[in-house]
Amino acid sequence: MNFLHRPLIFTVALAAVGLVAGCNKPATAPDANGSPIKIGEFASLTGSEATFGQSSHQGTQLAIDELNAHGGVLGKKIQLLTEDNQSQAGQSATVVRKLISSDGVVAILGEVASSRSLEAAPICQQNKIPMISPSSTNPKVTETGDYIFRVCFIDPFQGTVMANFARQTLKLKNVAVLTDVKSDYSLGLAKFFKQGFAAGGGSLTAEQNYSGGDKDFNAQLTSIKAANPDGIFVPGYYTEVGLIALQAKQLGITVPIFGGDGWESSSLVPIGGVALEGDYFSTHFSPEDTSPVVQNFVQTYKAKFNETPDAMAALGYDSAMMLADAIRKTGSTDAAKVRAALAAEKDFPGVTGHISMDANRNASKPAVILEIKSGAFKYVQTVAP
Amino acid sequence: MTEFLQQLINGLALGSILALIALGYTMVYGILRFINFAHGDVFMLGAFAGFYLAPKIARLLPLPSIAGALVVMVVSMAVCAALGVLIERFAYRPLRKRPKLTVLITAIGVSLFLEYTGQFVFGAAPKKFPELLPTFSVTHIGNLSFNSNQIVVIAVTLILLLALRFIVLKTRIGTAMRAVSFNPEAAALMGVNTDVIISFTFALGSALAAAAGILWAINYPSIDPLMGILPGLKAFVAAVLGGIGNLPGAALGGVIIGVTETLVSGYISSTYRDAIAFAVLILILLVKPSGLLGKKEIEKV
Repeated sequence: MNFLHRPLIFTVALAAVGLVAGCNKPATAPDANGSPIKIGEFASLTGSEATFGQSSHQGTQLAIDELNAHGGVLGKKIQLLTEDNQSQAGQSATVVRKLISSDGVVAILGEVASSRSLEAAPICQQNKIPMISPSSTNPKVTETGDYIFRVCFIDPFQGTVMANFARQTLKLKNVAVLTDVKSDYSLGLAKFFKQGFAAGGGSLTAEQNYSGGDKDFNAQLTSIKAANPDGIFVPGYYTEVGLIALQAKQLGITVPIFGGDGWESSSLVPIGGVALEGDYFSTHFSPEDTSPVVQNFVQTYKAKFNETPDAMAALGYDSAMMLADAIRKTGSTDAAKVRAALAAEKDFPGVTGHISMDANRNASKPAVILEIKSGAFKYVQTVAP
Repeated sequence: MTEFLQQLINGLALGSILALIALGYTMVYGILRFINFAHGDVFMLGAFAGFYLAPKIARLLPLPSIAGALVVMVVSMAVCAALGVLIERFAYRPLRKRPKLTVLITAIGVSLFLEYTGQFVFGAAPKKFPELLPTFSVTHIGNLSFNSNQIVVIAVTLILLLALRFIVLKTRIGTAMRAVSFNPEAAALMGVNTDVIISFTFALGSALAAAAGILWAINYPSIDPLMGILPGLKAFVAAVLGGIGNLPGAALGGVIIGVTETLVSGYISSTYRDAIAFAVLILILLVKPSGLLGKKEIEKV
């Protein structure tokens, strides 16, 4: 809630200072090196996927602050303009239009949820403004056009990784899948998981659906229980996953539940509690990684925000850093040139691993599998592409 | 068979909560002949009242415990009853002599006001509802699992329904409520203070909505300011299905919607859940336009 109040107080304070000092220019006024480079960000800062938006935004903000502390890019400071879409459908299109047409940003960063990235992508493509999604994994996002990029892996890879993990590491034979039919992310992940699991010789005993925002999953879980699977794949977001795990245990379902990066949130365990113990999910990054790049990022992030960064924060950081790298290489903020530089990124050293853009502007990089143990996310294994 | 029984329990638990909310719609309709669309948001406020009260009550009584849960529920019901009276006093009473449409649109306005004020005050992110009741280990009878919370929901709903029945049928104020519902002008002439009765009706309905909010949050412990929209809409449908203005009808309608939804989600697909629940409504209204238990009203010309 603080994030709601703080900017408000800040704005009021700023306005008050402005009034007292006469016609004082706001803090974001052009500095000595001319106007700053404006970068737009749209994120789910409030609403059902708020912790994703918050993490991603904090990661992005950290990257921008670090860049500005080292003199910015091309001798100019970077100004990050952030808009909240409240995790609601329809809002992203509105705020991205505003960022492009009225704020005049040179590039757009966002979103976590694929459905909302898909809303913004056609607008960026039409206006020829490069857009980098930090963590939308649905393949359709970058298929929108040649101005749309991402710094995360895509669902065919993530779905296959979890299918192989379920089949080979957990030795599961019959699984049930519970999909959020309202989310492009969930539908995509479920599809590729099913393909991968069938290819590995496993079979599907039950398929059930829910709609994002549901609270009652007893009906679906009762049907799943009757089918007697030895694992349940839930490619959803943490808000529902916590409740699903809780209700599954209350119905006496004891088999492991596993899913994708939509699970990774500090809000998952408070809702699901002990019901989540021994469950698994795939994601982009583990703060337990001992490489110096990761540890350096974890330290600075902790110092600034007083919490351990999650994958969304790491990807938010990487998206901003890669954009800055492309602008630096281009030597200008010309959209077409920045786009070309982004498309040519190779082995960019991000905190979520080395990022190379493939022909479809998707990042090719490894995935990490985490287990929920004593209420914390523990590293299990890394799977290379 | 076990699966079917299990689904029936799931449906009954969901339907009980809808029934509690539906009673509020139907009582207000019975007396004022308008739909209080803000009722679903009173349900949300009930859950939030519990959320903020629980830590305070935990200082006096141990939580989770049955006594603690009871106190949280009763205080939340009282808070929402007061809120219901306030909403009626300031939003609806000034418009009582105006066309029904004006009041209806005001109700939608009050609903949006509560939702978005809620987002501003509580924050839009979902919150974890504290554990009020000790969750009993799951009881198995054969392959059937009873989740203690589901049993609590069904039992509390039954108790509240009986209490409401007693108030409406056996007390003076209940008699007055029925009199106002039958003919407000005649009741006023007989010395019934209609303003007090209307306030009381709002208090009663809002208290039931708050109880529903707490039961909902005990079962699905993730609450947010927009959580009242869908249950509110479904409870409204339940009230119409059972015959709006009729108390047993609202309870029956709630159970029918809850069980239908659960069976559709379990056996067909949750994608068609709402579509089929609403199709049931349309079918019943085609056959019996006044709802299942509704009385036929003869338009006097």
